[in-house]
Amino acid sequence: MATSLVRRALSRVQSSSAAKLILSRAHASEPQNQQAKPTAQSTHSLKNFQIYRWNPDNPGKPELQNYQIDLKECGPMVLDALIKIKNEIDPTLTFRRSCREGICGSCAMNIDGCNGLACLTKIPSGDATMITPLPHMFVIKDLVVDMTNFYNQYKSIEPWLKRKSPAAAGWEGKEIYQSKKDRAKLDGMYECILCACCSTSCPSYWWNPESYLGPAALLHANRWIMDSRDEYTQERLDAVNDEFKLYRCHTILNCARACPKGLNPGKQIQNIKSLES
Amino acid sequence: MWRCVARGLRIPSRRSTSGDFLSHRFFSSESSAGRSSYTIVDHTYDAVVVGAGGAGLRAAIGLSEHGFNTACITKLFPTRSHTVAAQGGINAALGNMSEDDWRWHMYDTVKGSDWLGDQDAIQYMCREAPKAVIELENYGLPFSRTEEGKIYQRAFGGQSLDFGKGGQAYRCACAADRTGHALLHTLYGQAMKHNTQFFVEYFALDLIMGSDGSCQGVIALNMEDGTLHRFRSSSTILATGGYGRAYFSATSAHTCTGDGNAMVARAGLPLEDLEFVQFHPTGIYGAGCLITEGSRGEGGILRNSEGERFMERYAPTAKDLASRDVVSRSMTMEIREGRGVGPMKDHIYLHLNHLPPEVLKERLPGISETAAIFAGVDVTKEPIPVLPTVHYNMGGIPTNYHGEVVTIKGDNPDSIVPGLMAAGEAACASVHGANRLGANSLLDIVVFGRACANRVAEIHRPGETQKPLEKDAGEKTIAWLDKIRNSNGSLSTSNIRLNMQRIMQNNAAVFRTQETLEEGCNLIDKAWESYHDVKLQDRSLIWNSDLLETIELENLLINACITMHSAEARKESRGAHAREDFTKRDDEKWMKHTLGYWENEKVRLDYRPVHMNTLDDEVETFPPKARVY
Ligand SMILES: Cc1cc2nc3c(=O)[nH]c(=O)nc-3n(C[C@H](O)[C@H](O)[C@H](O)COP(=O)(O)OP(=O)(O)OC[C@H]3O[C@@H](n4cnc5c(N)ncnc54)[C@H](O)[C@@H]3O)c2cc1C
Ligand code: SF4
Ligand code: SF4
Ligand code: FES
Repeated sequence: MATSLVRRALSRVQSSSAAKLILSRAHASEPQNQQAKPTAQSTHSLKNFQIYRWNPDNPGKPELQNYQIDLKECGPMVLDALIKIKNEIDPTLTFRRSCREGICGSCAMNIDGCNGLACLTKIPSGDATMITPLPHMFVIKDLVVDMTNFYNQYKSIEPWLKRKSPAAAGWEGKEIYQSKKDRAKLDGMYECILCACCSTSCPSYWWNPESYLGPAALLHANRWIMDSRDEYTQERLDAVNDEFKLYRCHTILNCARACPKGLNPGKQIQNIKSLES
Repeated sequence: MWRCVARGLRIPSRRSTSGDFLSHRFFSSESSAGRSSYTIVDHTYDAVVVGAGGAGLRAAIGLSEHGFNTACITKLFPTRSHTVAAQGGINAALGNMSEDDWRWHMYDTVKGSDWLGDQDAIQYMCREAPKAVIELENYGLPFSRTEEGKIYQRAFGGQSLDFGKGGQAYRCACAADRTGHALLHTLYGQAMKHNTQFFVEYFALDLIMGSDGSCQGVIALNMEDGTLHRFRSSSTILATGGYGRAYFSATSAHTCTGDGNAMVARAGLPLEDLEFVQFHPTGIYGAGCLITEGSRGEGGILRNSEGERFMERYAPTAKDLASRDVVSRSMTMEIREGRGVGPMKDHIYLHLNHLPPEVLKERLPGISETAAIFAGVDVTKEPIPVLPTVHYNMGGIPTNYHGEVVTIKGDNPDSIVPGLMAAGEAACASVHGANRLGANSLLDIVVFGRACANRVAEIHRPGETQKPLEKDAGEKTIAWLDKIRNSNGSLSTSNIRLNMQRIMQNNAAVFRTQETLEEGCNLIDKAWESYHDVKLQDRSLIWNSDLLETIELENLLINACITMHSAEARKESRGAHAREDFTKRDDEKWMKHTLGYWENEKVRLDYRPVHMNTLDDEVETFPPKARVY
């Protein structure tokens, strides 16, 4: 079952980044507003969620468990539904979440075949939605996956400012000036929230998760390459100039479609490639 | 093709390699679910930081720089900490937009605090601010820039020039409207550069206190494999953030549960000024997500149902950029008087649609997106529906300006608790007093995170030998954990939590009266009692989020009880604590910090004086006066 489920997930990894920005009025969740809801709610709007379950304490095969909730009593986002299920039906359901506004990157998962953030993805219409962990990641429990490799790859590109000018030259403790134009070069990269939606939708990353750095880490590599204040540009380029680390990217652009922040890692990877001589 | 879908227990990858390392099994007493066993791992570090938000990371970086063997324990991967959500910016008198002076910033902060802030700590923070912000820039933070390439600074609430006489100040340094995100990722980068040892997704349960009253470390649960870890260290720094989730509607993340505060309270130490809870004027109506004050700093305007810019009536000079408590109260008054917007006339409109689209795109891209997703509004065309929403806890663990935790001992109101420090929203230094100014919290976290590290360097050396832990160290905590994990009452965690959140929302709101607060005390005490009847369904030890949410609930309840009782006792209006039956500030009786103790599951209150003194003669004390904007 697991494999069929996964195959399905793979063939359907596509995006809805356009759909993600569809405007919608938030559902009431304030006491004040709750009164604002029409009182005569005779009709229900039932919806099924099929959610991937795997418990390390009973390490059998993972299963899809069905939960039915009434959307009339639920907020508009997938995360609202997950929290409702956890609060009211099954407290053992396990997933990561924190900010509920798409900035912390905790709640990345696969929703009806597309990677995305549960807190920014509107509950899809239709009577059933399938939720599985990020594809091709080790599962710790239910929707919680092991991100260690992803984080290590991020660390490997040394995401901090590096200067050659000795501190004694007096730059330290003073602002390093940067023109508006140079600062604008970081737009489209610095906003990344390390959610891993992109990397876990990239076929090249699936095949070579250890050796290929993947779109997220490479996007950050480019973020520092492009920072006018950084003085290790060439070293950074050399560090990723590797058949596996960089050149596994075949510009499939799944990454851009998956990114919930509207970033385009594939484009940034192109930029690195164009700078490699 | 599916690499692996599931996986059993594996050896945790982030085990400590340094310090002595001991592992043994502990058998708890019989529990209802039978005998459960816990594996305990012992670590020794020079310093342990609990929390990897801005405050925790800055402390950890400083400690690593000073050569201390440092562990940073966090229940969230560092960049998921709630600092990431801060939008508006960080205050510092850099003077990039006009002449500025840290003393003017200090004046604004003292006034903003409604004279409950400790002036020595405020002086320290404001004087250090320019250095702290430039340090962040040097770390690589992608600040927005001016035409000359300097750090761009925007207008923010409560900020003035020349001691309130020179008009609006442009003091808030920012990276568009994603300053917290940029700051947190930058600090995490620095921490990696210094190879700080992280224990990610470790949940700190309790302090380990010696019988002499000193702190010897913490005990934490590794969420990934259920092992318990005792961290022994000469210095323990709590940077666990606020407890916004005690309320029903908050801008805070689900994980802002005041764990560090509760750990301190359980250790018998007091929490300071919890009655001061900040309501941010512009949380999105319904969803609760924040729209930064920077939106008003860039020219946004609040309007009532008559289209009137009502802030002109309440704060003729500062208008929409008056201090947060003032704006939140004014909005509440407008709604009460029937001038709210929407079908229920229960919220207010924030207009940005008169701003040039380029400004929105360059300086407020994040909130434009948030408003679209969570309010369905195109900010270039329509106003955003907003409502005052719980946002920040001014109160917390009392500290001095070095970050050392203090308590009352005999007749010393500033007695230091050896080995224990606190920084960030969890702490109360107190630089925010009764009301925090926008963009002073990101400043607070970096300045006092660093101050903690510097203080440790002053009093300790790397590698110092430490007293052994006492024989039963952590045992009580394990018994407590085991009891919660096996609890089998009749109420679900979410049920009790919702009840608590409603009580706090209704009874400790923007405006308070004796009646609402007395009722609140009654109700919140009952909510605490109901917690004894909690029921868990997940009994496992690996990623048991049912268990963790229940511990977080207990922590929230402790914070909530102390908040409500402290508010009931304070019979005056000051900053965010606005009483309809005591509408004036009463400096004679109430210019003092509340201390709330958690004793035998009940709140006991005491008080300590406000520090009116400054650090030196670079600035004089600002004596109390009426607060008008
Ligand atoms: C939406 C929003 C916008 C804001 N905007 C601004 C702004 O523009 N300017 C400004 O100055 N301030 C702003 N603030 C306030 C400011 O962001 C916060 O007060 C500040 O970031 C708190 O930082 P911190 O380091 O103290 O805590 P946090 O960033 O909350 O970090 C807490 C850390 O503690 C850890 N932790 C907690 N409990 C445990 C436990 N039991 N065991 C282990 N680890 C634990 C968490 O994992 C986390 O790493 C904003 C706040 C919000 C909610
Ligand atoms: S463009 Fe490159 S990184 Fe993005 S999905 Fe394709 S192969 Fe992966
Ligand atoms: S680039 Fe986008 S999808 Fe990838 S980690 Fe960053 S925010 Fe997530
Ligand atoms: S909960 Fe933070 S990104 Fe979804």
